[in-house]
Amino acid sequence: MRYLPKSPSERRQMLDVIGARSIDKLFSSIPAGLRRETPLDLPGPMSEAELIRYFRERAAETSVGYTSFLGAGVYNHLRSVVTDTILLRGEFLTSYTPYQAEISQGTLQAIFEFQTLMCQLTGQEVANASMWDGSTATTEAVLMAERLTRRTRVLVARSLHPEYRQVLATYARNLDLQIEEIGFTSSGQLDLQALSGSITGETAAVLVQSPNFFGVLEPVPRIAQIARAAEALTIVSIAEGVSLGSVRPPAEADIVALEAQSFGIPPSFGGPYAAVIATREKYVRQMPGRLAGQTTDAQGRRGFCLTLATREQHIRREKATSNICTNQALCALAATVYLCLLGKQGLREMAEQNLAKAHFALSELEKLPGVRRVFDGPVFNEFVVQFPRAVRLINAQLLRDKIIGPLPLGSHYPELTKCGLVCVTETTSREEIERLAYAVRETLAVPV
Amino acid sequence: MVDRIKKASRNTSQNEGLIFEKSAPGKRGFELPPADVPAVDAQGLLGADYARADIEGLPEVSEIEVIRHFTRLSTWNYAIDLGMYPLGSCTMKYNPRINEHVARLEGLATEHPYQPQELTQGCLKILFTLQKCLLEITGMEAATLQPAAGAQGELTGLLLIRAYLESQGNPRKKVLVPDSAHGTNPATAVIAGYEVENIRSDARGQIDVEQLAKIVNEDVAALMVTNPSTLGIFEQRIAEVAEILHAHGVQLYMDGANMNALAGIAQPGRFGVDVMHLNLHKTFSTPHGGGGPGAGPVLVKKHLEPFLPVPVVVEKNGRLALDAARPQSIGRVRAFGGNFGVLVRALAYILAYGPGIRQATEDAVLNANYIRKQLEGVYDLPYASPSMHEVVFSDSRQKKTGVGTMDIAKRLIDYGFHPYTTAFPLIVPGALMIEPTESESKEECDLFIDAMRSIAEEAATQPELVKTAPHSTRVGRLDEVGAARKPILRWKPKSSAESAD
Amino acid sequence: MYPTDYRYTKEHEWVRIEGDLAAIGITDYAQHELGDVVYVEMPRVGTKLKAGESFGTVESVKAVSDIYAPVSGEVAEINPTLADAPESINKDPHGKAWLIKLKLASSAELAQLMDAKAYEAYIADKEKEASA
Repeated sequence: MRYLPKSPSERRQMLDVIGARSIDKLFSSIPAGLRRETPLDLPGPMSEAELIRYFRERAAETSVGYTSFLGAGVYNHLRSVVTDTILLRGEFLTSYTPYQAEISQGTLQAIFEFQTLMCQLTGQEVANASMWDGSTATTEAVLMAERLTRRTRVLVARSLHPEYRQVLATYARNLDLQIEEIGFTSSGQLDLQALSGSITGETAAVLVQSPNFFGVLEPVPRIAQIARAAEALTIVSIAEGVSLGSVRPPAEADIVALEAQSFGIPPSFGGPYAAVIATREKYVRQMPGRLAGQTTDAQGRRGFCLTLATREQHIRREKATSNICTNQALCALAATVYLCLLGKQGLREMAEQNLAKAHFALSELEKLPGVRRVFDGPVFNEFVVQFPRAVRLINAQLLRDKIIGPLPLGSHYPELTKCGLVCVTETTSREEIERLAYAVRETLAVPV
Repeated sequence: MVDRIKKASRNTSQNEGLIFEKSAPGKRGFELPPADVPAVDAQGLLGADYARADIEGLPEVSEIEVIRHFTRLSTWNYAIDLGMYPLGSCTMKYNPRINEHVARLEGLATEHPYQPQELTQGCLKILFTLQKCLLEITGMEAATLQPAAGAQGELTGLLLIRAYLESQGNPRKKVLVPDSAHGTNPATAVIAGYEVENIRSDARGQIDVEQLAKIVNEDVAALMVTNPSTLGIFEQRIAEVAEILHAHGVQLYMDGANMNALAGIAQPGRFGVDVMHLNLHKTFSTPHGGGGPGAGPVLVKKHLEPFLPVPVVVEKNGRLALDAARPQSIGRVRAFGGNFGVLVRALAYILAYGPGIRQATEDAVLNANYIRKQLEGVYDLPYASPSMHEVVFSDSRQKKTGVGTMDIAKRLIDYGFHPYTTAFPLIVPGALMIEPTESESKEECDLFIDAMRSIAEEAATQPELVKTAPHSTRVGRLDEVGAARKPILRWKPKSSAESAD
Repeated sequence: MYPTDYRYTKEHEWVRIEGDLAAIGITDYAQHELGDVVYVEMPRVGTKLKAGESFGTVESVKAVSDIYAPVSGEVAEINPTLADAPESINKDPHGKAWLIKLKLASSAELAQLMDAKAYEAYIADKEKEASA
């Protein structure tokens, strides 16, 4: 087998040294009744060529050739081959967690740069070395707020991604955490009156997403003001990182949970991604996840090491701030490389293209009879439109034109029947947008 | 020093500052195709309240600088591609490159999780097939591929236990955790809402079954066990343990981190495990990438299936679908379906081996025992029990000249290796935990043995050399105390008081 | 080495009476076990503590230790110098690096604690165990 670097004679030599007659002797500590005599029933073995064929066949059974208008927490953005050039270097791909700092300076410096970039993007003072994804990072941010305030009630915007809210609920159920949802207004933004009415001295935090699930930007400074008056923390979850190229960062937030998938990480059917928690320096000891810190060696040379490790599971055990162990280092590296490539100008330009194309798509769709924009709050690259019939029916027709249409919202928000969430990024061409509008018009022209 | 060290020697590596230190206005590394729609004025469209003035600090560098920067950084890292990682409990095996290729295929890497079902069959088939393979390897009955990492798999497992016990009328209060357990175990139990009670290992490094029998009662929800244990020793009385637990309605959770000793040889489902997780970035070869991503699928017995997180991959009328209509489910543990990219790699690994996966396990155990035999006289072996895929020594002999496991580990770096796991498990003071994996040739194992023998000699005759190691790296031992007292966690521009060096 | 007018606990805290206040810190043995202290987590002024209750932690790079109240009382003062100079716990654990001062609830609890001689014997035993 090509992954095993031993010849039969070497195996024999090693068994001789050990003093075992056969390899089976080395498994004699497993009771006989628990040991398998027959091989497992598994497909394979496959050579490299067979593996390629197998996975190419699977890849042919998906959406290649289709145009997609899906967003909702996973975004199709331009990527660069340079990212893979770096990621596929064996010293990055196949290296371990940088606990032994002297031989992991590459990883550690890259993490330090990632932490810096995340602070620059979010307007916060410190950021960690990445977390599993936006949904779990958002949940961890809530738990962090709970520890900081020693309060147990959290006010969560209903316009936070439905799956993020489900994840939070799963975790909250077993901890002493009460979640209350606050609705949205016709602008698509958080209902500030409802927020003021619900916030009490027992509220640990207010949690919003911006741009929210409807693509609408939340008025973070006003939300933070209301929260601060009750001595509650403000948590902002960001699923679309490219928005930070045009949209003011949530500097008034106490904790930001940012999903970095938009930065050079492919959609990959849901993962792996990389998220980050960014916050104020004074909260750093309650922040979960790994941290790389700058320091020196005995000769005064600058170097980096994992630090504040006492928050983590391998030391605190049952008193850890989180049970997180692995992070998403390779994905975070992809985001780091990509953001360095894009740079200040590139990110700004990309964000502006998103704004322009979404604006264009919205205006094209609004021209269609019976189609209207639902929320009047400011949006980035996603928006909600209402159609004269069920989005599901429209989408079934669009598929014939190889278009994956808007995400129907009715199942998550019963009051938003016949509403769909449309996402347009810099990767969507004008021709594709026009084709969408045309196809919708054609579909609507045919009575159901 | 040159004569003794065979595997490594000094070589020139490039210096490199922080990317921010190279930044200058006007440079760019990536160009976008021109927009084909009318431009908009962001300030005007978003308004002063929402528009961003400047993305301060984000670097401006060229493509070549990015390539050089990260390439240079990469040369400062050790990696599996360079040599052995004898890290106990980490299973640092070869990351097959074909896995990287298939995970990146257009049609797999490009898929959005909310695509209509008819356009995701290829992805769902991968999930379904991987599930079947993992169930066969572990001898369990149902699975979820959602958890993002081992720690999340553990949490999912405990939440499943809680949900099941709740459905039986009482979620109970405590989880038993061996003192040899990985730190994620107790941390997870607390997040699942349980109290942790530690149980001691016996003189053979295994669970003290008599003590267990005494403390098991109806307040205990579960026992979290790693098998083989973190000492690399198989829990021989595991079936008995399971019986004792089940007699009291207690669930047996297995941390599958050490599955590399069992794949193809023994199935945890057959020794009474109710729920377990696997670390795909350990036994199943997905790359560590400097610290992640991983994946932590959870496998269960039938009685826990109704509680699995949603969505679950199901087969309906010859088609695959994601089923979220499961009323007893514990809910979601993360958005979307799971770390699909990691799952693809794990499936590619399993398919490459097929039923021959047993050979990998045999080689892993062979390597560990070979190293144990060759180092037995040189380092203290605290437990005489047979080792499986990893062996734990202690530094008690070397301590006589003041040399500890951390020092030996640092000196191993000069010999061209990554250190083994130091100071874990906690029940062995001064532990050296060594797991070579099946990816190591006899040559690499011999070089390792050679290095460890040489260091033992140095510990006896030149302890200072060992205590001040490593000597050949770009930076020496770093001031971790300073880093923790006054943390510098980001670069700041030179104008601020705390600028980088 | 260990001040004779202090009282000591098995968890390596010391108590020094100052009128109706009890100053509390960790012993030299404890700081030595921990290594270089990097951070101290303290309770808020006004917190009411029961003897044996954990009121904070002392952190080094590799370990975190809980600190337990040797006696019951209400936190009257916390040492303001430790945030910027946690290393003073290593340098002067019995003097400048006191952690908190409690308004004593009852002086009867002091009788339960060890005096300097008993504490020295206690740690001598511990050291014998460790090197066994």
